[in-house]
Amino acid sequence: MGWLRNLYLGIMFTMFVAPIVVVTGVSFNEKKQLLFPPQGFSLEWYQKAFQESSWLSAMTTSFFLAFCAALFSLSLAVPLALYCWRRLNWQSKILRGLGLLPFMLPPVVSALGFLVYWSSVGGYGQMYAAVVSHGVFLVTLPMVMLLIGLDSVDRNLIDAARMCGASRAKVYLTVIVPVLRPFLIFGFCFAFVLSFNEYIISFMLIGFTHETLPVKIFNSLRYGYTPIMAVVSTFFVLLTVGLLCAVAWFGDLPRLFGAWSSEHD
Amino acid sequence: MSREFRSGPIPGWYALLILGLFFLGPFAIMLNFSFYHKITGGLYEPAFVLENYARLMSPFFGRILLMSTGLCALASLAAVIFGFTLTYCISNMSRRGRTFWLILFVSLLSLSEVVTGFAWSMLFSRTAGLGGWLYALGIFDQPRALSPGFWALLTALTFICIPFVVLVLFPPLTRLPRDWIEAARTMGATPAKAIATVIIPTVRPALLAAFILSFIYSLGSYILPIMLGKPRHWTLSVHITDQALYQSNFPFAAALSVFLMVASLLLIALVYRLQKNFE
Repeated sequence: MGWLRNLYLGIMFTMFVAPIVVVTGVSFNEKKQLLFPPQGFSLEWYQKAFQESSWLSAMTTSFFLAFCAALFSLSLAVPLALYCWRRLNWQSKILRGLGLLPFMLPPVVSALGFLVYWSSVGGYGQMYAAVVSHGVFLVTLPMVMLLIGLDSVDRNLIDAARMCGASRAKVYLTVIVPVLRPFLIFGFCFAFVLSFNEYIISFMLIGFTHETLPVKIFNSLRYGYTPIMAVVSTFFVLLTVGLLCAVAWFGDLPRLFGAWSSEHD
Repeated sequence: MSREFRSGPIPGWYALLILGLFFLGPFAIMLNFSFYHKITGGLYEPAFVLENYARLMSPFFGRILLMSTGLCALASLAAVIFGFTLTYCISNMSRRGRTFWLILFVSLLSLSEVVTGFAWSMLFSRTAGLGGWLYALGIFDQPRALSPGFWALLTALTFICIPFVVLVLFPPLTRLPRDWIEAARTMGATPAKAIATVIIPTVRPALLAAFILSFIYSLGSYILPIMLGKPRHWTLSVHITDQALYQSNFPFAAALSVFLMVASLLLIALVYRLQKNFE
């Protein structure tokens, strides 16, 4: 049975990474062709991707948007998570539901909502509209991360600190913040990665004024395929896997995804 | 934690205000738009008409709905079958093995649909992918592209749903007591029988929940139907965007979107009920 299981896992793994392997291979082509296995080996397209001003500006836009949106998202997630953790009333249930909702609905629904909203109140095509929309849309993961983090705060420690006369602020600084710090960082990284990769909201809100990288890749598909798109796709894979590996390295990923038994291994 | 600490001030109103203004606000405006009257040439006027919703009864919309639900249901069914078997294998692994697979799946889920769509279209292409390899192996008599087409789209959609299904099934499957399987095995059941008679009945609600959530998730896919399908394979998400941006018909796009939102919310409510019963 063991070999059968390994064969199955092997086939599945191949299917998951095959598209990515092909894209990476294509990015090394010598001529402006999309061949796999690549013909010749050159890093020319890598150089071009980081030199051509249109790709560079898309990269800057994406980084700026993702950074601001992740910060904004975190600034929402902290009060949301604290409220849901400390209050056990119906309001906290509503807030938690509101925080989970953007993640569960098909993104196009939120995207169209944002589009009609920002074109009604002004701000369509503006960077701040995209930052606010992304921030609200991506609040779920940081919120869930922080709730998991808050669950691991030792409640006796809070009572002990209070009894010894610590102010609320002091309890936060000395008991809660140290436990929460890694979860704040994971939450930020997650929101950053998701905003960086997000397509439909960026496309609808700022697609014609500030091109982000995913929008740029998609737009250039219409004007013919070049290996530069493969280069940028490879870059996306590296950045995404890199940041998530960092999260997994510092945090217990299986536990973050709800396997509470993982510490028994 | 003492009641006294619990009741301390938290700026919950700030989060509520921002979410109300920038998340519920858009939905309210979208709902409002869906009742507007469309005049020709991308213009519309404020009104309260049901004509946009009346179009949901048209054969045009019927075809879109049939294609979207059929495609996404097939992809989700396949994803639940593969996802369940994968999760079962992963839940029996060491912590390192689990972390490895989880990083793979979380990365695949976070990766932009543009990138995955581009990657799959490369894999199905004539010059860099399966089309050429099958020719080299002598299976095809000439190199040809496998996309755009229904099967290419279904395959890619299934493979973006599998990681999602695994993450939904991971918590219930890892919490199952492992000695159940051992007990079934000592009583003489084959591993396959033990899974079919012990594991699957226990996690059946979770499997159904995974199927529904994956269905909603795949309905949200926008790039894959465009890049790997033909226009007749376009799903509801693509048509909403098409109506809003290229047909400049905000009111009809809003009505389609409200329909998709209500359908998703009903399905989410169903999942919530299932999970309550499960616990």
